[in-house]
Amino acid sequence: MTTPDSEVVADQRPAGDGDDALLEVRGLRKHFPVTRGAIVKRQVGAVKAVDGVDFTVRMGETLGLVGESGCGKTTTGRMITRLLEPSDGQIIFEGQDITHVSQAKMRPLRRDLQMIFQDPYSSLNPRKTVGTIIGAPFRLQGIETEHGVKRAVQDLLEVVGLNPEHYNRYPHEFSGGQRQRIGIARTLAMRPKLIVADEPVSALDVSIQAQVVNLLEDLQEEFNLTYVVIAHDLSVVRHIADRVGVMYLGKMVELADGEGLYNSPMHPYTVALLSAVPIPDPAKRKGRERVRLQGDVPSPLNPPPACRFHTRCWKAQEICGTVEPPLVEVIPGHRVACHFPENAPEGAGAKVTKAAEEAGLTEQSG
Amino acid sequence: MTAPIEVTGSELEARPDAVLDGVRKIEGRSLGQIALMRLRRDKLAMTGGVVVILLILMAILAPLLTAWFGHPPSQFHQDLIDPNLQRPLHGPWHSGVSADFPLGIEPTNGRDIFSRIVYGARISLLIAFLATLLSVVIGTVLGMVAGYFGGWVDTLIARAMDVFLAFPILLFAIALGGVVQGKAFGLSGNGLRIGLLVFIIGFFNWAYIGRIIRGQTLSLREREFVDAARAMGARAPYILFRELLPNLLAPILVYSTLLIPTNILFEAALSYLGVGVSEPTPTWGGMLSQAVPIYSLDPWFMIVPGVAIFVTVLAFNLFGDGLRDALDPRTR
Ligand SMILES: Nc1ncnc2c1ncn2[C@@H]1O[C@H](COP(=O)(O)OP(=O)(O)OP(=O)(O)O)[C@@H](O)[C@H]1O
Ligand code: SF4
Ligand SMILES: [Mg+2]
Repeated sequence: MTTPDSEVVADQRPAGDGDDALLEVRGLRKHFPVTRGAIVKRQVGAVKAVDGVDFTVRMGETLGLVGESGCGKTTTGRMITRLLEPSDGQIIFEGQDITHVSQAKMRPLRRDLQMIFQDPYSSLNPRKTVGTIIGAPFRLQGIETEHGVKRAVQDLLEVVGLNPEHYNRYPHEFSGGQRQRIGIARTLAMRPKLIVADEPVSALDVSIQAQVVNLLEDLQEEFNLTYVVIAHDLSVVRHIADRVGVMYLGKMVELADGEGLYNSPMHPYTVALLSAVPIPDPAKRKGRERVRLQGDVPSPLNPPPACRFHTRCWKAQEICGTVEPPLVEVIPGHRVACHFPENAPEGAGAKVTKAAEEAGLTEQSG
Repeated sequence: MTAPIEVTGSELEARPDAVLDGVRKIEGRSLGQIALMRLRRDKLAMTGGVVVILLILMAILAPLLTAWFGHPPSQFHQDLIDPNLQRPLHGPWHSGVSADFPLGIEPTNGRDIFSRIVYGARISLLIAFLATLLSVVIGTVLGMVAGYFGGWVDTLIARAMDVFLAFPILLFAIALGGVVQGKAFGLSGNGLRIGLLVFIIGFFNWAYIGRIIRGQTLSLREREFVDAARAMGARAPYILFRELLPNLLAPILVYSTLLIPTNILFEAALSYLGVGVSEPTPTWGGMLSQAVPIYSLDPWFMIVPGVAIFVTVLAFNLFGDGLRDALDPRTR
């Protein structure tokens, strides 16, 4: 169940990690127990939703997290904002370990650490007016306002591009895009430092997605925000993220700056993801072959051993099913967890394999 | 290839309620106002609602109504009773109905049935309302707590609900009614009887509404606005009473209106069995129990309280059903 030997070691500290790191995540895990029995609950297994993820978010940057449905993106985001209790690992925010800080001690920290939710139809209380919804942070956190809460709320409505006079309206009177703006205004009320945006536009019409993404970008500049933007496709993240982490079945398989990732994806899974993103420029489209993945994502209840992608990977060899490839920086600023990376310099795969052997990541059956 | 990659435009954007954007009104229309509009169109429910209001007015205005149209409820009119058969001398089917007594008189001592029905409504409605309030308060709080916190708290409360649902309330009520006599809990006479009935009916019925609220809370707590509140640092009481409760008002309202008629029947049953408020205070159940042994001699005396109970229960049920349809879009 737990694989203590896959703990990340030595020079595993993510790139760019230094004084400017706002958030650091180390070996983060979340296992949801699966129980049987009505009265006496027996644990019969665990959904390994997130299973050892490391990354750093620098002050002022945008980190994208992408991966297929169910790979653990939301779970990661909810652990960072402490809506979920991590099973293992560490979350360090502004140098402070907040992994298991009590809810009471967490309360003042919540101002700095906010979340934008995926579904604009369920993230706003249908029984409350927009004014009450956006005003709640002021009341809950006791934030001082110069001209009263109502003025502050109206200012925020204006900032996110909504009519301040709609203060008294109810959420159902707005469209999805407008609702998402209301959600954004609510998080801004806290003046947070870090915002985890969980698929902020995936529930929206394509024509509206760009508007909301642009708004997020403008706000980042205006309010000095740092983002972790979660998306299930690379095209959304491409516009907004400085660095991108690709997740597969609870693991981070590749982490690089946007350029590096789009131009020379190393992990076969990333290659497959990218090949499915439509490329508008036909000249660029030529060189790329569409890769089709075989089969479905395996269950996180019983993930494949070693490299979790080996059941679907066209480059898989025997070692992939026995030795787990750790996330290793193969060229500066570009990390990948694969024994046979694509687009990589000579010896990159060997470097990963060597790191795995040093860390003793060989999977003994069981 | 599974389809994580496709940019899926959602049809959510085109929700029908977006039509309301066209409403040129800055003041928002709450979901409650929309439900009210729907309720107004439901003729049956509105009829039920009007009857309910009339019944409530009748109970409140009982002293005035009896002064205008009747006689004091405990006044005897034995001069109008056949001394041999003990039934009213006049009126169709020996009901005693006349201009002076619009609903006739009782057999034997000739009390005014109209006045007794009007005053009986007071007892019925008072007990039913208070008992419903008690059930709803207990059921809502425990249901919300069970649903929101889950775990052992939920297990404990859910088991308690099972116990209460299986409880033989009627037997218990009869036993308790026999034990608690005279003075108790600083109350005596009718005050004690009413308090006892409210306690028995209300306290032992909370599990029904508790179950409904628990179920609703279970689904509500998965909504992202609950997480949003937690992310803002809201404590559990805030989430329960400020975020969840407003969303539970609809089922609370509906099941209260549907619980009231049940409680009216229950009160009538208890009064019929003699556990209720005692003579000479009029109750519908009490009137029925006096009428049943002599129904062949004086059927009218049984029909009147029977119809009163029937109409009241029907009106509350019609209104409650309409309210449910109006508030629950699934049955729209
Ligand atoms: N509370 C929970 N209990 C049990 N399993 C859970 C729970 N929450 C999530 N999971 C499981 O954990 C895995 C990861 O879920 P998560 O929501 O993090 O995925 P995701 O990457 O956000 O996917 P999506 O793109 O669909 O939002 C899934 O298999 C999911 O079924
Ligand atoms: S380690 Fe092997 S199976 Fe895993 S992605 Fe690389 S080549 Fe494919
Ligand atoms: Mg998700």
